[in-house]
Amino acid sequence: MLDKVLPPKKLALKNGKIVCEKRSRTPFIFILLVIAVLVSIEFTNFKFQVLVERWQEFFVIVGQMIPPNWEYFPSLWKPLMDTIKMSLLGSLLGSLAAIPAAYFASTNVVKSKTVITTMRVFLSLLRTMPTLVSALIATFIFGLGTLAGTVAIFLFTLAYVGKLLYEQIENASMDAFEAMESIGMTRYQAFRYAIFPQVLPNYLSTSLFCFEGNVRYAAILGYVGAGGIGLLLNEGLGWRDYASVGMVLFMLAITVFLIETVSEHFRKKLI
Amino acid sequence: MNALEQQLYAAPRNHRYVWTVVMVILLLFAWSLTTVNLNNVEEKGWLIASNILTGIVSPDLELLLNVTSQGVLYLLIETIAIAFLGTIIGSILAIPLAFLSASNVAPKPVAFLTRLLLIFIRTVPALVYGLMFIRVTGPGPFAGVLTIALISIGMLAKLYVDAIEDLDTSIFESMTSIGCTAFEKIRYGIVPQLFAIFLSIMIYRFDMNLREASVLGLVGAGGIGAPLIFAMNAYRWNEVGSILIGLVILILIVELSSNKMRNKLVRG
Repeated sequence: MLDKVLPPKKLALKNGKIVCEKRSRTPFIFILLVIAVLVSIEFTNFKFQVLVERWQEFFVIVGQMIPPNWEYFPSLWKPLMDTIKMSLLGSLLGSLAAIPAAYFASTNVVKSKTVITTMRVFLSLLRTMPTLVSALIATFIFGLGTLAGTVAIFLFTLAYVGKLLYEQIENASMDAFEAMESIGMTRYQAFRYAIFPQVLPNYLSTSLFCFEGNVRYAAILGYVGAGGIGLLLNEGLGWRDYASVGMVLFMLAITVFLIETVSEHFRKKLI
Repeated sequence: MNALEQQLYAAPRNHRYVWTVVMVILLLFAWSLTTVNLNNVEEKGWLIASNILTGIVSPDLELLLNVTSQGVLYLLIETIAIAFLGTIIGSILAIPLAFLSASNVAPKPVAFLTRLLLIFIRTVPALVYGLMFIRVTGPGPFAGVLTIALISIGMLAKLYVDAIEDLDTSIFESMTSIGCTAFEKIRYGIVPQLFAIFLSIMIYRFDMNLREASVLGLVGAGGIGAPLIFAMNAYRWNEVGSILIGLVILILIVELSSNKMRNKLVRG
């Protein structure tokens, strides 16, 4: 389409042949980007002047967080464990539930188009919902507390691991599957013994990766009342007790770092 | 023993290792079960769930299709604007940080310190940054832009670094040998190698930022989050339904188009 607006440049070679050189589209994309930036600045009231004048305010809070309130540590322990338990339980159940979900969403093992489409639409609907929003809805249904957070993490893990898993199932080699079917195994059995072993390492690795991310998410879920350390974060920010917030963030950073290191070790081993 | 059996027995046996891991996971599972108590589940949970479902099925069409500054469309555009501007600022700021933390460009101690800084930037939750920036700019979408920019830096820089460390350095040698200046080396040696990858990473991050921007409203940093939580707290499920429908459609469209663009960029 763009070639019509901008006719390609014609070049005559020495031997009389005519070749076309496509015009570069970069200037257009650049102009579009500039327009988009200007519109966004308009919509968001972005004012550089305010930023220059008041940027120190940001560091006022950072300054109050350091040094963190060390005495806060004992009361931090239980919510922190709650956060880890929440994300662990949600990730475990979610990645287990992702196996049947992915099975019914992969075109090479299930033949019914309707089953595949419904499963895929369901998974992508779940995935688009931001975790915090599903946690908010869950607090209305399951009441305030860790159960709501667990449900939100469960749903997110199911959608995320489910999507990656069905992509892997579709990329798996079908040779063994067909051979097993031809000697009289059912589809489930063939899936279990031919495809599942192929995708297992990748599946475990994605689940671990998802768990890492979930610990971070779980930390803020308390903000909407879904339990865990986010409650304390919310409280500290509400009371402007920034030294305690600093302590919470410090503990969180250590926990996330430890979990990431352990999970990275196992993920490297898997692949 | 025939060849088949030999092959079967040749498989590595690590049953003990596997069983230990499984036992540890089961123990962790049991341990994490202790956090769930069903006492808090209220009787009216099912009622609310069915209310939410009816709200989503019968959305407030007036709110959904309204074009004034209260309507869902306006709020969605505001959310996109926050995510877009935040991504642009974040991805520009992340470039110098990425070069500083790449071990083949910067000296070791500098790279290590920048990496630590990046890890710390990544662990602080977005909502906390949001609250801190509100102090700078006052509530509104401006705070959202700054928050998105800051949280993008951590991940963007990490992904940029991977691309920078994969740079093909033999090109520089040949460019030096034919007498290129430093600027020419950067323009024709580095930029073409990195540009497409960086762009693809930016588009990916924009996709993620859109989700982040949609929840930042919870702390008052603009976007569609604030009307969503107000509608929920007031039990106006029709409004919740229309906001959620708008949000889900937007995120799906952006995800599809960003996947397409990235495929084109990476495969050339």
